[in-house]
Amino acid sequence: MSFSFTKANLERIEVLKNRYPSTQALSLPCLWMAQYQEGYITLDAIDVISETIDVPAMEIYRVATFYTMFHLEATQKKRVLVCKTLSCKLCGSEGILEHLKGHDVLVEHVECLGSCGTAPVMQIDDVNYENLTPEKVDTILEALR
Amino acid sequence: MREALIVSRKFSLEESHTLAVAQEHGAYKTLKKLQNLSPLEVIKIIKESGLRGKGGGGAPAGNKWALMPQESEKPSFLAVNCDESEPGTFKDRQIITKDPHLLIEGILLTCYAIKAIHAYVYIRGEYYQYQQVLQVAVDEANAAGLLGDVKITLHRGAGAYICGEKSALLESMEGKRGHPRLKPKQPEPEWYFGNPTLVNNVETIASVPFILEHGAEAYRSYGTERSPGTLLFAMSGHVERPGVYEAEFGVPMMEYINHFGGGVKNGKKLKAVIPGGASTGVLTAKEAEEVLLDYESLRAMGVSLGTGGMIVMDEETSMVAVLKNLLEFYHEESCGQCTPCREGTGWVDKLVGKILDGRGSSADIDELLEIAETMNGKTICVFAPAVSAVIVSFLTRFRDEFEAAL
Ligand SMILES: Cc1cc2nc3c(=O)[nH]c(=O)nc-3n(C[C@H](O)[C@H](O)[C@H](O)COP(=O)(O)O)c2cc1C
Ligand code: SF4
Ligand code: FES
Repeated sequence: MSFSFTKANLERIEVLKNRYPSTQALSLPCLWMAQYQEGYITLDAIDVISETIDVPAMEIYRVATFYTMFHLEATQKKRVLVCKTLSCKLCGSEGILEHLKGHDVLVEHVECLGSCGTAPVMQIDDVNYENLTPEKVDTILEALR
Repeated sequence: MREALIVSRKFSLEESHTLAVAQEHGAYKTLKKLQNLSPLEVIKIIKESGLRGKGGGGAPAGNKWALMPQESEKPSFLAVNCDESEPGTFKDRQIITKDPHLLIEGILLTCYAIKAIHAYVYIRGEYYQYQQVLQVAVDEANAAGLLGDVKITLHRGAGAYICGEKSALLESMEGKRGHPRLKPKQPEPEWYFGNPTLVNNVETIASVPFILEHGAEAYRSYGTERSPGTLLFAMSGHVERPGVYEAEFGVPMMEYINHFGGGVKNGKKLKAVIPGGASTGVLTAKEAEEVLLDYESLRAMGVSLGTGGMIVMDEETSMVAVLKNLLEFYHEESCGQCTPCREGTGWVDKLVGKILDGRGSSADIDELLEIAETMNGKTICVFAPAVSAVIVSFLTRFRDEFEAAL
């Protein structure tokens, strides 16, 4: 199973090459593109990125493993990021986490999502769902099925 | 409390994020003023305004701008910090979604002053939905020919609190792990691939158009002598109406919390307030009643103003549980370069966990304070010293609660 960037992404990469002093700056953008293409980042994708931007594959791998939003493993389930940091905790995130145990999703406990004023919050597919209650969680997950 | 809307003036307008509405309400007007101002004159105005960085440190913006070379063979860059990962902080997202054109106008003015050809906005990975609003605004401004020679590129992070630290941010933007760099001995610009670069917070840059439009004195007419202007202060936790509300520096903390936030939630009594994001320490209710919201007043209380994101806690909150929650955060987010930080954040998290579970002893409290001392100094960035200060601040103010949990 080998990896290749889609035509649209290859075009984006060419545009981006003109917007940075060095192609090394493209490692995060390329990792994002690879992750959106396949749902996670494969070792093949890391090799292709390495060639595309002329950075050693090991370095790309080190970068990919540093950032919590990059996934090196596949999952069939929906990823649900739930904030467990202070403001959300004060406003009931523990109840939300408990409630999510009853759903067939992959729950990740994450740190502050920048929605402290609308806590508790979860993020699914880059969208924040705020002021959560257990009922609201059910409705949101039902709609996303 | 008098109204002080400098950055949030357009926030409540319908469709305020669109170019049409923004321009109808004066956006980009200040660009014309640049015809009669040299870059150095712009920097002088910013210096006179007393504008201080709003990313947490409060460094005078004008002084940082003046470090950028006016003559240089290398290109100069602006990096706008929208990493916004400090728990309790959610103000920059208001700017990029409610008035992105104000930020873009500020970027254009700043780039003119520091002779930068390209501005990057580093946005935390979790803000992708907000990043898209800003991208549409950049495209709109570009299509309208407003950007001139300046390029604006949005750069998405991928989940790492430490990337908000300015040198870690630049490392990350260079495509590497977000490891803070050793600090130089003398003041100098930051460096992006070896090129002089200015790093400023979103709100700092968004304050620039007002200053150029109305002048340094107008900005100084808000706030205090040493903390001039306004801040997008914010409230979360146990408060009736959490949110972001702009106010001038120097207003009493409780007046702010009561006026905008409607006081403590459900009529409960106040126990404590974290003044400006998780890393700023904690105040007792009595201190919160006394303190004013400016850099100097909070410093005098032994805490800091930080980002102005207050976390309000009611009488039923366990301070041991709160400290445990914060230490989990720091343990998770230490970048791991420095031993005292990498190991220390793990130890203190474990120790407070032990106390929280009722398995602690008084020796654990002493050890916590000892580790805190080791973490305070000799690290590459101020992350570890900040964790140290947080621990000391909780233990000095709420020691009886920690002892009662033993
Ligand atoms: C651990 C750490 C995290 C930080 N996070 C942020 C952040 O998320 N956003 C920000 O603007 N500044 C952050 N800062 C401050 C930056 O290093 C830098 O001082 C700031 O972006 C400069 O802009 P300003 O002077 O306009 O505030 C952080 C600093 C440290 C030590
Ligand atoms: S103090 Fe902590 S976060 Fe800062 S560089 Fe050292 S290990 Fe990294
Ligand atoms: S604490 Fe949960 S979003 Fe900030």
